Amino acid sequence: MVLNQFLILGAALFAMGVYGLLVRRNIVLILLSVELMLNAVNINLIAFESFLVTSQALGQVFAIFVITVAAAEVGIGLAIVLMIFRNRKSANVDDLSLMRW
Amino acid sequence: MVRGLFSVGLLAAEDGGTIHAGDGGFWADTAGIMLVLPFVAFLLILAFGKRLPNKGGEIAVGAMAINLLWASVLMIMNMTGGVLDETTFEIARIGSGIVFELGWVVDGLSIMMYFLVSFVGLLVFIYAIGYMHGDRRVDWFFAAFSLFAGAMLILVGAPNLIQLIIGWEGVGLASYFLIGFYWEDLDNVRSGNKAFLTNKVADVGLILGAILIGVSIHSFSFADLAKAATDHSTELGAVAVAGGLLLFFGAMGKSAQFPLHIWLPDAMAGPTPVSALMHAATMVTAGIYLMARTFPLFQNLAMDARTLMIAIGTITLFAIGLLALTADDIKKVLAYSTVSQLGYMMTAVAAGGYTAGVFHLFTHAFFKALLFLGAGSVIHAVHSNNMSDMGGLRKHMPTTYWTFMVGSLALAGIIPLAGFWSKDEILATLGHEGYTTVMWIAIAGAFVTAFYMTRTVALTFFGSYKGHGEPHESPRVMTAPLIGLAIPSIFVGVLNIPGVNWPGIGNFTEWIGVRVVAMGDYHPKSVDWGLAAIGLAAAVLGIVLGWMIFARDRATQAERDALEVPVLYPLLRRKYYMDDLAWGLVNTTRGPLARFVNWTNTYIIDMVPNAIGGVTKAVGGFVYGILDQRGVDGVFNGLSAITDGAGSAVRKWQTGRVQQYAAAFVAGAVILVIVFVFFI
Repeated sequence: MVLNQFLILGAALFAMGVYGLLVRRNIVLILLSVELMLNAVNINLIAFESFLVTSQALGQVFAIFVITVAAAEVGIGLAIVLMIFRNRKSANVDDLSLMRW
Repeated sequence: MVRGLFSVGLLAAEDGGTIHAGDGGFWADTAGIMLVLPFVAFLLILAFGKRLPNKGGEIAVGAMAINLLWASVLMIMNMTGGVLDETTFEIARIGSGIVFELGWVVDGLSIMMYFLVSFVGLLVFIYAIGYMHGDRRVDWFFAAFSLFAGAMLILVGAPNLIQLIIGWEGVGLASYFLIGFYWEDLDNVRSGNKAFLTNKVADVGLILGAILIGVSIHSFSFADLAKAATDHSTELGAVAVAGGLLLFFGAMGKSAQFPLHIWLPDAMAGPTPVSALMHAATMVTAGIYLMARTFPLFQNLAMDARTLMIAIGTITLFAIGLLALTADDIKKVLAYSTVSQLGYMMTAVAAGGYTAGVFHLFTHAFFKALLFLGAGSVIHAVHSNNMSDMGGLRKHMPTTYWTFMVGSLALAGIIPLAGFWSKDEILATLGHEGYTTVMWIAIAGAFVTAFYMTRTVALTFFGSYKGHGEPHESPRVMTAPLIGLAIPSIFVGVLNIPGVNWPGIGNFTEWIGVRVVAMGDYHPKSVDWGLAAIGLAAAVLGIVLGWMIFARDRATQAERDALEVPVLYPLLRRKYYMDDLAWGLVNTTRGPLARFVNWTNTYIIDMVPNAIGGVTKAVGGFVYGILDQRGVDGVFNGLSAITDGAGSAVRKWQTGRVQQYAAAFVAGAVILVIVFVFFI
């Protein structure tokens, strides 16, 4: 078993997340892309832990932290999306360019 | 700091009798309370007077009552044994060892003055509660009244010339407030100004005299002055006549001696209680007090000054007394009479009759306060100062009538009232000292006094009433002080019958000084009944003649005008043209002087401000136009232009599109990764 496989998987997932983040116009999909990026990071953390084997299992611990933060972030993000949708009848980020010069 | 007063003056009484003067113990040590209380009252009235039922009158009366307690105890101690004490506090040292002290003297003369100011002051204050009831600014009246009495007490308690001057100026200030009390009327303001300025002129003399004497003997203390004078010190001797005359000039202002008397009749503009206090116990007696206090100087060294002093005193007592004959304002009659009586006192003191002058001051205070308060009572009832609006008031105002009668007879010098004894003592002193002419003029003055007082009484209380409305007797708060003053007006004269020693208390001569200080003055040892009879005859003649002329009721102005003697009347009516003279002098010099001052101001003095102004303007123009507008403003305008331009350029990046921001963020991250991986 080689570390590279996991790193390539993580990088691919991350790149997909970035791509989704930049090109998708629907806010929900953007949020999902962010989740992809976070999970790519998680894969990296777990992979490194399984190779380096730290006494406190730091990789797993951090992965759990990231999952927790991601859950919180999605909770808040979806709540915001919901409010925006109710007010503007739209979930398209191009319709939300109010904060501009 | 307590020290014995007049340490050298403590010689044997001239009769060779033993001296026993106590130090007054507690009462003398705390006598300073009399000097302070009126000022406390002044402040309290200013602070709380408005809220009290009598507008602060009760505070003023209370302070005076406490003062009278102290003064009475000291007076009794002085009558029975003599009191001599001085308490001083060193405030500063001036130059080479001249000490400036404040404190209080407790000796015969000052105790007499404490008693006079407190006694007359208390009665006048009580009277004023009734007189001023419902008037304007009553709280301010009582405050200024307390200040007036307090300043006088500072003056009479002074152990040195400096404190005397402080009190002296305080009296002048308070009198200014009170004379101009009804300041809504311009005439009253002018009267206040006249009094203040006339006094100021005289004060210059006092201050110069004090400096001259103080510097020559290296002390301003009266004790040291008396010591230097009795020792015939050469330093003092060199300046004695000049210093004495300068002090006398100061006394001429306060004690209204010719020709500085012109303020006193105008001072009648104040409320009547003010006149009463001013003419009896405070203010005008200050000059006589100063002469009495510095008496050793005039007695031992400044003899050459006496001729002038006696001349002025004699002119004052006779010529100014005549003016009372033509005055229609009852208060002015009394004012001229005061001036005349002050002339008697001044003449007596100047002629060496310390006791006679001070005794006349003492008796005069009672009956003159009485006369003024009586006049105030009449004015209160008639609402006019003019005797042509009065007449027949004896039926309407019996108490006022009887007390006024007592005061008039005492002033006229009818035996056995107070004025007779004191005036007779002055006559006897003048005769003994060799001033026979002056003595005869003084006797003629007594005739004039009796004559105009008869005229006043006749016009006011007899005949028919010519005013408006129905006059009523004044309330008891006003008549009680009248009675309180009438009693001493009758009796105080007997305190100093020459040669009479009352058992246990002696006589007035001893109380005011001879018992403890060898004043070296003359005071008669026995009554000269011949001279007394002549004086009395002059007074009786005046009364009889006055009664014959003025008793007949003249209801119309034409009838009254028929009494006017051609040349004399206008002369007296215009006060010897003295006011006109003073005004003429002021008016003729005023124009040219003003033009000269204006020219100087425009062309000389203004050049300096104009030059300074020009330079300032040029500097200001440079600073504003170049430094400020171009320099400083340029920097800030440039900075703001840069900020503005930068903002305009950069704000375009803020598109509001979240994914653009995210793209920039990712690009930045990629760049950082590349940098980290390949270059570091």
